[in-house]
Amino acid sequence: MRNTILLVLGTIIAFAVPFMFPAYQNQFAMLWLMILFALTWDLMGGQMGYNSFGNVVFFGVGMYITAVIQRDLYFDIEEYAHVAGRIDALTPDQYLTGIFLGMGVSGIVTVLVAIILGAGILGLRGHYFAICTLGLTIAAGEIASGIDYIGAGSGIVTPVFPTELMAKGMFFYFVFMVLAVGTFLTNKWMLAGRFGLAVNAIRDDEDKAEAMGIRTKRYKTMAWATSAFFLSMAGGAAGNLFGFIDPINVAFAGATFGVWMVLMAILGGKGTIWGPVIGAAIFHITQELFWTYLFGWQRVALGAMIVGIVVFFPQGIMGFLRQHWPHLFGHKVDEQTTVEQGATKESEA
Amino acid sequence: MIANLSILFDAPIFVVQLLIDGLLIGALFALVAYGMALVWGVMNIINIAQGEFVILGGYVALTVANWGVPIVLGLPISFIVLFLVGWAVYRAVICRVVDEDLFISILATFGISILFQQLMNQMFTADVRTLQSGLDTWFLFDDMVTVSQIKVVSFVSAIVFGVAVMIFMRRSRLGQAIRATAQNARAARIMGIDTDRVYAMTYSINAAICGAAGALVVMTWFVQPFAGLAFTVRSFMIVVIAGLGNLGAVAVSGLTLGTLENFAGFILGAEFQMAFIFSLLVVILVWRNYRLGRERKVLR
Repeated sequence: MRNTILLVLGTIIAFAVPFMFPAYQNQFAMLWLMILFALTWDLMGGQMGYNSFGNVVFFGVGMYITAVIQRDLYFDIEEYAHVAGRIDALTPDQYLTGIFLGMGVSGIVTVLVAIILGAGILGLRGHYFAICTLGLTIAAGEIASGIDYIGAGSGIVTPVFPTELMAKGMFFYFVFMVLAVGTFLTNKWMLAGRFGLAVNAIRDDEDKAEAMGIRTKRYKTMAWATSAFFLSMAGGAAGNLFGFIDPINVAFAGATFGVWMVLMAILGGKGTIWGPVIGAAIFHITQELFWTYLFGWQRVALGAMIVGIVVFFPQGIMGFLRQHWPHLFGHKVDEQTTVEQGATKESEA
Repeated sequence: MIANLSILFDAPIFVVQLLIDGLLIGALFALVAYGMALVWGVMNIINIAQGEFVILGGYVALTVANWGVPIVLGLPISFIVLFLVGWAVYRAVICRVVDEDLFISILATFGISILFQQLMNQMFTADVRTLQSGLDTWFLFDDMVTVSQIKVVSFVSAIVFGVAVMIFMRRSRLGQAIRATAQNARAARIMGIDTDRVYAMTYSINAAICGAAGALVVMTWFVQPFAGLAFTVRSFMIVVIAGLGNLGAVAVSGLTLGTLENFAGFILGAEFQMAFIFSLLVVILVWRNYRLGRERKVLR
């Protein structure tokens, strides 16, 4: 009953926010994107123990595929170079077809990419996996900035949003909301069943999980492909929200989005359902405050924040709550049994 | 790409040029990798901030040179400064993650690396900087091959420096304590070795090695606030191939990597040189895993 009320209330707030704060629509759209980042990372890093710095690769790939489809559907490259920044370049219908087709295609393509990459990379363990994926992100950025077809180092300008449709911020707010909620529900649904048990077994001890007959490779690939699917669709939309794609600083941004998604999941508490959501919200607000009040030094502050969170708060908010108020999570301490167990232990000693 | 390759076949003298340049820069990679192997072996920490220490060492040498200090002193000064920086970083952050899960320490050092990048970006701007050594260039083979003397000087000093560190590790009391801790930290503690101090010294010595390498890098090559991660990845590759605590293998892999990178930069074009390094990392790790996997015979 209480949950239903909360759910209804949450839905109402989520739908009301862009109308109540029209000036902050982009900010709230970004907030949904951050939540999606944290959730997709947590499926890999938190639940499965495969700490990846490379998930942002799929984000970038999705971004590029969507932008290229939007461009090539209605223009050839020469022509596009002249109309890219023009408001009337695409009609609303063309724009919607382009963006949703692009997002769909990039979702499918990145799942395939994840499966192919996963065949090689997902066999790596622990820190080798972490550093390999870090290398993957930077390699992807460097390769993308050498290919002329996708604009090389100067990137691609995405088509201008046709404002007669609705406000740009409003459109992307709902796109990202649908994607983030979709990711959340998928995570929840997948983790509730056999998949969740298998993935957690892999996190706890992969060799034992293998010995118990769990087909670890299949589950690892599934988790990676799921992350890739949602990340690439979000990437496609994000490219349009930002308005232009730069290979190293926007698409394959290992030092910003790539680290932030790890950080948000850890801040909230990795390996929990709600942790990444809370972590993303807090991180996004803090980061915006840094941007406003520490301008010029905001990135330095972010670096310090990474170190601070990782060193002093590695259990995350959910972990902290669980430690201090276990009854909130349904962990009950039966005082009578505890006392009895203590007594037997003492008598044995 | 094909055109560049055919140049190499038509004019083999370019091969000599690339080979010399590659070997001379490779010694620096080996030096940095040796520091990483030291920290990895002793503390079981992969220091992602390795490259940032190199770049910071370069900036220190550059700054003191701008103050009018003789360039020769740049190397010892950045050695000392980076030793202190390493000590401070250990006391502030690393000592709290030594016993933690490996991913926490990777993430913490990655955070330090981002912090240092941004600090250097604020202090020295994002421009590419070099330090003119004022030394001449040798022209060999009818002026077809150029070898700048500073590269040779840096090659020799990297080797001398590496050997000095190795002798220090073998002979000195502290070196013995460090090696004992690497073998078994618990047993070392029982024997009365203050492992916390050993860790601090190891991390600081590593930072100091990086600082010295950085002083050579700024004279032979360039420094830029965001160029550090490439050094980290290079040393990681070298250590993965060479293994921990094998200085000979580290030197060979370092020289090989330097040469390979130079050839790749020439054949693929300079814009793909970084892409080559980072892709090579992925390839090496996947290949290593494939080889291990064949022996392990895991369920597929």
